Amino acid sequence: MTQFLQFLGRTTRTGFTKLGRGTFFLLHTLGGIGSILPRPRLILNQMYAVGVLSFLIITISGLFVGMVLGLQGFYILSDFGAEETLGLMVAASLVRELGPVVTALLFAGRAGSALTAEIGLMKATEQLSGMEMMAVDPIKRIISPRFLAGLLSMPLLAALFSMIGILGGHMVGVGLLGVDEGSYWSQMQAGIDFQDDIVNGVIKSIVFGFVATWIALFEGYDTIPTSEGVSRATTRTVVNSAFSILGLDFILTALMFGD
Amino acid sequence: MDNSVSSQNSLVSVHNLSFSRGNKKIFDDISLEFERGKITAIMGPSGTGKTTLLKLIGGQLFPDHGSVTVDGQNVHRLRRSELYNLRKRMGMLFQSGALLTDMNVYDNVAFPLREHTHLPESMIRTLVLMKLQAVGLRGARDLMPNELSGGMARRIALARAIALDPMMIMYDEPFTGQDPISMGALVHLIKSLNNTLGLTSIIVSHDVHETAAISDYIYVLSEGKVVGQGTPKEIQQSESEWVQQFMTGAADGPVHFHYPATDYVDDLLSSKKRSGRVSKRYGQL
Amino acid sequence: MQHTSTQDTLVGLFVAAGIVGLLFLALQVSNLSTFIEEDTYTVAARFENSGGLKVKSPVSVAGVKIGQVKAISFDPTTYESVVEMHINAKYNTLPDDTSASIFTAGLLGEQYVNLVPGGSEEYLKEGSTIEITQSAIILEKVIGQFLFKSAEEKAETKK
Repeated sequence: MTQFLQFLGRTTRTGFTKLGRGTFFLLHTLGGIGSILPRPRLILNQMYAVGVLSFLIITISGLFVGMVLGLQGFYILSDFGAEETLGLMVAASLVRELGPVVTALLFAGRAGSALTAEIGLMKATEQLSGMEMMAVDPIKRIISPRFLAGLLSMPLLAALFSMIGILGGHMVGVGLLGVDEGSYWSQMQAGIDFQDDIVNGVIKSIVFGFVATWIALFEGYDTIPTSEGVSRATTRTVVNSAFSILGLDFILTALMFGD
Repeated sequence: MDNSVSSQNSLVSVHNLSFSRGNKKIFDDISLEFERGKITAIMGPSGTGKTTLLKLIGGQLFPDHGSVTVDGQNVHRLRRSELYNLRKRMGMLFQSGALLTDMNVYDNVAFPLREHTHLPESMIRTLVLMKLQAVGLRGARDLMPNELSGGMARRIALARAIALDPMMIMYDEPFTGQDPISMGALVHLIKSLNNTLGLTSIIVSHDVHETAAISDYIYVLSEGKVVGQGTPKEIQQSESEWVQQFMTGAADGPVHFHYPATDYVDDLLSSKKRSGRVSKRYGQL
Repeated sequence: MQHTSTQDTLVGLFVAAGIVGLLFLALQVSNLSTFIEEDTYTVAARFENSGGLKVKSPVSVAGVKIGQVKAISFDPTTYESVVEMHINAKYNTLPDDTSASIFTAGLLGEQYVNLVPGGSEEYLKEGSTIEITQSAIILEKVIGQFLFKSAEEKAETKK
């Protein structure tokens, strides 16, 4: 029993100290953004690593998710004779939930783990230390641009995911299963509200982008500088990001869509 | 304070410095002086925290007690911006080179210039080529760090360290893991850079012969204490058993070949599986 | 750095694609197009029962959307539902004897106001009220009537 309490106490303590370090790290990163903005080249290079390299996995996943939604939605809705609302169903699921959430999960797996590994390796090979000794703040020079790139890329990726998904649903629903083209779009437009659905979806993806990038960068920066430490940090990034994204999604959904 | 050497002429002074990591004392009240324009070496077996000392001097770590003064400024009392300004005048050569892996050689050497100066690109090019020429690797400017051998990476890192024309350079194990030719090149480079640029050099190393050949003054550290100091000649004639063992590389001596353990025969005959390690009896190595 | 220009192009493409995605969601998927405040005029209609009609439900003529419901209120003196609609100012030639009815798009689809133009020379304008209205079709009622009618028919054929 005492052992369990000890374990609990220790876990809580390490959890809180890590959270504290993470918060300090985040503030430092945010503080660095000001000095990075005049150098868009740094951000552009990271947009390539974070955004462009995630482009393919996001679009292909979006297409398949949309197609599956079209197929499943059609079979369920046709039981009620409401195939016309397929467009609405596909769009609402994507725009509100699947778009931001699945994109964020894929982002954590693709870009997040890569960021952690990159930063962790830079730490393990003393590149961060070296920068500090050259009087260059590694958080400003290395972390801030990556953070900004993640923050900017996520909403764009999520929008792409939703768009491709809606087109995929269209392909299956209208192209294959014969739902009326006009009602696919008009039901969608009638049911999806710009403010409630689209804007809230984008806000979600910005929050997820913030959290997923923060976790990835912090795990990298906080790595034990050995090859084992880096590989563990990479795993932690994916696991912690997934938990945070899904938990936050619940909270945000409750705040946004619960009247 | 026991300033045996007058601090008038020293660029870096370490006073009564203590530092511990966890429960382990890495430095226990040590004082060192590094004279301007000289090459000073810090020697000792692996794990005595020589790299830690460089990080303390560079202000990356904070001591428990004592102070480090560089060019008249107490490193650990400086504000962040002042510390960064001081670091611009301190070069450091990491053991791994610490080159930025996503840039080629040229951009790596240009990195501190681009970060800290607003020089036009043409002038940066001239400076970079000059530094690369100084380390003999002007022809390698388009290579990426992963295409370099260890010795080349260290020379590039050296070119980068002198890019801002610092007043001093700290070398962290510059000779470790080098073949004789690159070792010779590095020894020659350190010596000639020190003489031509009027640098103050601090070398941390356990390569006895190379270090002794170029340094003006040597400190020998062990278990957080200074166990010997003097010119290379004085060190070689030191009466300390410990220093003798280190300089000649004898397998046994004050530093035992065996990790502390219970009696060998007892341990072999014992049926228990318990670890043969004893604590405290032999003290820590 | 090498390949900088190709990288830049790809980043540009990525950002452009992302913005296209956002615009697509805003304009093609959502009702933003109706959000952009065009010139509209307000017309009211009184219904005995406005059923499941909601604010932002479409108002259409001959199947084409020309406006949307702006407000639904209850008139305590006549016990009627007052539906205010914003009609796009482009469509300012609706006769003042236009009739309004509440229909349902499909069996489970949402309800909308359908306008059927009359033959008057005068046009509806800001503040007009549509006099001829037909209430929402309440599904339970229709089914009830249908059952009643078929029971009656059965009874008749038995005679």
